Amino acid sequence: MAELTYREAIAYGIAQELRRDPTVFIFGEDIAGAGGVFKSTVGLLEEFGPKRVIDTPISEQAILGAAMGAAMTGLRPIAEIMFSDFLAVCWDMVVNEIAKIRYMTNGQVSVPLVIRTGNGGGSRFGAQHSQSVENWAMAVPGLKVVAPSTPADVVGLLAASVRDDNPVLFFEHKSLFATKGEVPSGELVDTLGTAKVVRHGKDCTIVALALMVPRAIAAAEVLAGRGIEATVIDLRCLVPLDTQTILSSVSETGHLFTVEENPRLCGWGAEVVSIVAEECFWALDGPSIRITTPHVPLPSADVLEDAVIPSVERIVNVVAKSLDA
Amino acid sequence: MQIPHEYGAHEARLPEPVDPNMINAPIPLGTRLDLYRLQQQMRQFEKRAYDLFLQNLVKGTSHLSIGMEAIAAGVGQAMRADDYTFATYRGHAHTLARGVPMGPVLAELLGRSNGLLAGKGGSMHLTSVERGVMGSYAIIGAQLCIACGSAWSAQFRGTDQITVAFMGDGATNIGAFHEALNFAAVFRLPVVFVCENNLYMEYTSIFDVTAVEHPAADRASAYGLDRIVVDGNDADAVYMAASSAISKARQGGGPSLIEATTYRHGGHSRADPGKYRPDGEVAAWLDRDPIPMYHQRLLTLGVSEADLDQVQRDVADEVEAATVFAKGGAPPQADTALTDVWADGGSSWRN
Ligand SMILES: Cc1ncc(C[n+]2csc(CCOP(=O)(O)OP(=O)(O)O)c2C)c(N)n1
Ligand SMILES: [Mg+2]
Repeated sequence: MAELTYREAIAYGIAQELRRDPTVFIFGEDIAGAGGVFKSTVGLLEEFGPKRVIDTPISEQAILGAAMGAAMTGLRPIAEIMFSDFLAVCWDMVVNEIAKIRYMTNGQVSVPLVIRTGNGGGSRFGAQHSQSVENWAMAVPGLKVVAPSTPADVVGLLAASVRDDNPVLFFEHKSLFATKGEVPSGELVDTLGTAKVVRHGKDCTIVALALMVPRAIAAAEVLAGRGIEATVIDLRCLVPLDTQTILSSVSETGHLFTVEENPRLCGWGAEVVSIVAEECFWALDGPSIRITTPHVPLPSADVLEDAVIPSVERIVNVVAKSLDA
Repeated sequence: MQIPHEYGAHEARLPEPVDPNMINAPIPLGTRLDLYRLQQQMRQFEKRAYDLFLQNLVKGTSHLSIGMEAIAAGVGQAMRADDYTFATYRGHAHTLARGVPMGPVLAELLGRSNGLLAGKGGSMHLTSVERGVMGSYAIIGAQLCIACGSAWSAQFRGTDQITVAFMGDGATNIGAFHEALNFAAVFRLPVVFVCENNLYMEYTSIFDVTAVEHPAADRASAYGLDRIVVDGNDADAVYMAASSAISKARQGGGPSLIEATTYRHGGHSRADPGKYRPDGEVAAWLDRDPIPMYHQRLLTLGVSEADLDQVQRDVADEVEAATVFAKGGAPPQADTALTDVWADGGSSWRN
């Protein structure tokens, strides 16, 4: 057992896989010599050398194209796209190539690759370096979508992603890099598509992802003081989606809230709400409510950014008002 | 820049004459007969595909390579069985060049269950991993980046496999082309990029929208590569250029970019009549058809007319058998639309 930051857990998790499997290698902009712009790949070049830890040109299409071609021919690449906003520059590779090649070749080709990327707001970086784009990926058949909220989940889910024979988009939240948590010693491998119930409560179910998880937990503590006991679910993966955990919790509590950092329209919570509406409508005791960033680009100033991304206070207020407490 | 002429009224680009020395190229006669057979296969296959399209049996779109066969044949013949090809949506010839049997390719065009991809890929995505055809790609330029990956993988694994990636002239103006060339050059990847310059994109002349005369070759120096332009209507010229680029790549000498000049006899796709081409241009290029020229060269080299006739008849039989195979295929079962999204064979997104 060791206490690691989320940032350290990334390098720790990658190192675990590089040590285990000689076909794993990692590349991206500034990831080798400099240890990554977020310092999340520090020490890898020193331990594994320049054949397996490689700095690339600023060529996002070539980075992901190379990852795909390598994955098709026997390797397990981990490619980094520095900021998830930059996925828009190479979205063709993600959506038209990587996600579809197995299907359109009738299963002749496998692409066991991981695309890691810094995601999310809270860093005052403005509209082009702060987005939560995991719901873009969720909309494309053929991609697995992972977004851990704790250091232990970073290690375990990264291992599961590298070992998966499908392409995985792995969203690392920039505002969680400095957070700390216990990481069990020894090999750590988790299971994709499993949500975690991180707090039990009988009155409502709050489903959250990545940075929204600690906020939902903090909100639940405040709500407890007001007599509302909330269950908090850390979704961890959008695809595969652990609908069982959501449905069984909502069946018990009768109330569903989603907390999403993405802008409102077509956020992942819309899918969760629609599944609940279809499959456990009669267990509901009130409307399902989505707490999201409003449908705006992210502003830069701290006051503005804090005003739009769901806060502990906003979660508390929305839940309390809805449950009439 | 204002294009200085009306649409379709650009200057005709006429073919260069055949290089009279090419007959002396050091290519064994057996290899030349293989090149002849490959070109016959591609030509007769494409003609059949066109006929079946006119009979409304080929669904969707398809892009034929009639007139361009010498490039796929010359490059394919220079490759080793374990090398990788990345093809374009104009990729029937790229695929046949690796020895993929015609029947499943034709059946795929017809959308049948016995198609190469069981109806899930279609004309633009022909793939045969078994034969090193790592896919045909329909987003211009993407395959050039993906080809860097298989080349990188061969280098990483310490094999001496090389990768060939085809592209059209139009692909040289997309960002992926430039990213791929720089990436390949920086890492000295064993990859050969082959640009089939057929003078047109879809319905617009490449010269009207490109800053340089040779869309690929004139960009090569930006990536520290040699400027290579070959006669894409001469299978021997292509074979020689490809062989030298491939052996350079195999020996660790890094990437090459070959621009092969050619012409498509038909339109861009399906029923495009190709009206945007100036008078005289099509006729001049039909005169420089790569196949009769090669036929004549083999006669000059002492091969008998009877032997060449025999090749043509064998290929005609092969096309006939492929047609019977394709037409005889059942349509795919509807539930196969839900398979092979994931490695477990299924399409489920939830637990
Ligand atoms: C990124 C992208 N832009 C546009 C198209 C539409 N498109 C399909 S083929 C084509 C022309 C390509 O010309 P060229 O590269 O010269 O290849 P050719 O068809 O002549 O073999 C275009 C514009 C596309 N498929 N992908
Ligand atoms: Mg063209």
